[in-house]
Amino acid sequence: MAKFQSLKEAVAENLRDGDIVAFEGFTHLIPHAAAHEAIRQGRKDLTLIRMTPDVIYDQMIGMGLARKVVFSYAGNPGVGLLRRMRDAIENGWPRSIETVEHSHAAMANAYEAGAAGLPCAVFRGYRGAGLKEVNPEIRSIACPFTGEELAAIPAHRPDVAFIHAQKASKRGDVLIEGIVGVQKEAVLAARRAVVTVEEIVEDFSDLHPNLCVLPHWTVASVVHVPGGAHPSYAHGYYERDNAAYLEWDRISADRELFTRWMKENVLDAEPEVFAARVKGLHQ
Amino acid sequence: MSSSDFTPTEMMTIAASRALSNDDVCFVGIGAPSAACNVARLTHAPDITLIYESGTIGTAPEVLPLSIGDGELCETALTTVPVPEMFRYWLQGGRISIGFLGAAQLDRFGNINTTVIGDYHRPKVRLPGGGGAPEIATSCKEIFITMKQATRGMVEKIDFYTSFGHGEGGDHRQRLGIATKGPTLLITDLALWKPDPDTKEFTVVSLHPGVTRERVQETCGWKVRFSDRLEETPPPSPLEITTLRDLQARTERAHGGKKGA
Repeated sequence: MAKFQSLKEAVAENLRDGDIVAFEGFTHLIPHAAAHEAIRQGRKDLTLIRMTPDVIYDQMIGMGLARKVVFSYAGNPGVGLLRRMRDAIENGWPRSIETVEHSHAAMANAYEAGAAGLPCAVFRGYRGAGLKEVNPEIRSIACPFTGEELAAIPAHRPDVAFIHAQKASKRGDVLIEGIVGVQKEAVLAARRAVVTVEEIVEDFSDLHPNLCVLPHWTVASVVHVPGGAHPSYAHGYYERDNAAYLEWDRISADRELFTRWMKENVLDAEPEVFAARVKGLHQ
Repeated sequence: MSSSDFTPTEMMTIAASRALSNDDVCFVGIGAPSAACNVARLTHAPDITLIYESGTIGTAPEVLPLSIGDGELCETALTTVPVPEMFRYWLQGGRISIGFLGAAQLDRFGNINTTVIGDYHRPKVRLPGGGGAPEIATSCKEIFITMKQATRGMVEKIDFYTSFGHGEGGDHRQRLGIATKGPTLLITDLALWKPDPDTKEFTVVSLHPGVTRERVQETCGWKVRFSDRLEETPPPSPLEITTLRDLQARTERAHGGKKGA
């Protein structure tokens, strides 16, 4: 049953040191506010799962929260590389991290298998790909009917998933629109899910019957955080802040500048600042 | 500028756009492929289906997206599906005719590295990685690759097989049980390349206007083979160059000076 909480309460109650956690969002609806709260609360030794780690995992890795990262594309979309993640991989700063690398298809299949309650995902993939040689979790299985060799990887079963969505109803049902990514699968694969939303509305009685809705009983916590995806975007609410992604490339290039920026904009900030950050970006 | 006055990058994008047809269902990688696919859509292939891995099917963006998940892609798409469905039903299901990829490192057999420079476990440079490419490379009916020529990009041996082209050449794909054609065209800023029918080594089949064989060899890390029937790529037409430049100008205005991809 979804509880309506503050972001501070939701993170404190659902994210523990050592957890396997997925903060999902595929360019769209990335849960930045929730990631910043996790950084403020100083969680440690997390295993971070995400298809495209991008800025939030760069920040979490740079602040030393991560022990391990499971991913398929470690880039700042449209800009370039993730400099904090690279510094951790190449130089062990601020700590060394373990990486488990997959393809997008594999990650999407692993979430779907997790949501389906299966132990592994089976798909036609990784043929001739080098990741097979460096990631021992990539195995193969023969189709019992045709003999075709298929790739198999373990299902993702995060302890907790964080997503950002457009709307929740007063009951805690959650609506996701636009590029829906893997959020539904991540929530259903996880033991607990926390959803930050742009808006809380009376009910969903006037919605189209086929929209992507997560019933309130699949979600542990709903938190009202307007602007909570910034600098990612929320379809129908505000646009992607491309300048902020470009700016991140400069901030993340230097350890001191990064540390200072994180103190000013994350450690000393509150979830309420997100609403102001999207003011000029409304559609 | 007139249409006879164009840059090598513009020639690359336009030559790539010409390779796409109205009936294609194209899985678009970010970067140079995205520009080429949209020029095709805005010129000779208005009904081409463009698919981005964020789940947008039949998208028709007014400006080039900065990332594969820009809102514009979703707003102009016929439909947007969840990412697992995109990879399972549409890509793995064999519904994509062309996969269009860029590359950081490429070898003569169309194998691509976008993962690491140096050793995987002790990388000199950690690149973003494959994203959708490993399965795009094997599930699409055929693969087009586009990149600018440079000796550090077009190398004798790639450091990591992010996505499989023709492997060691010949029938290597079939030996691995891959039923699709793999790379059938490489479009660079200097030339068009096609795999030799037997060895599968990329061979230059057409030089862009004004480009010499020497220039192609100087910017390529392996010994280049040229077709016996070497052609010259037709220069951009006024429509092609105007379409590309208008698209880029719209994109720059929309993204505040940043070129889209």
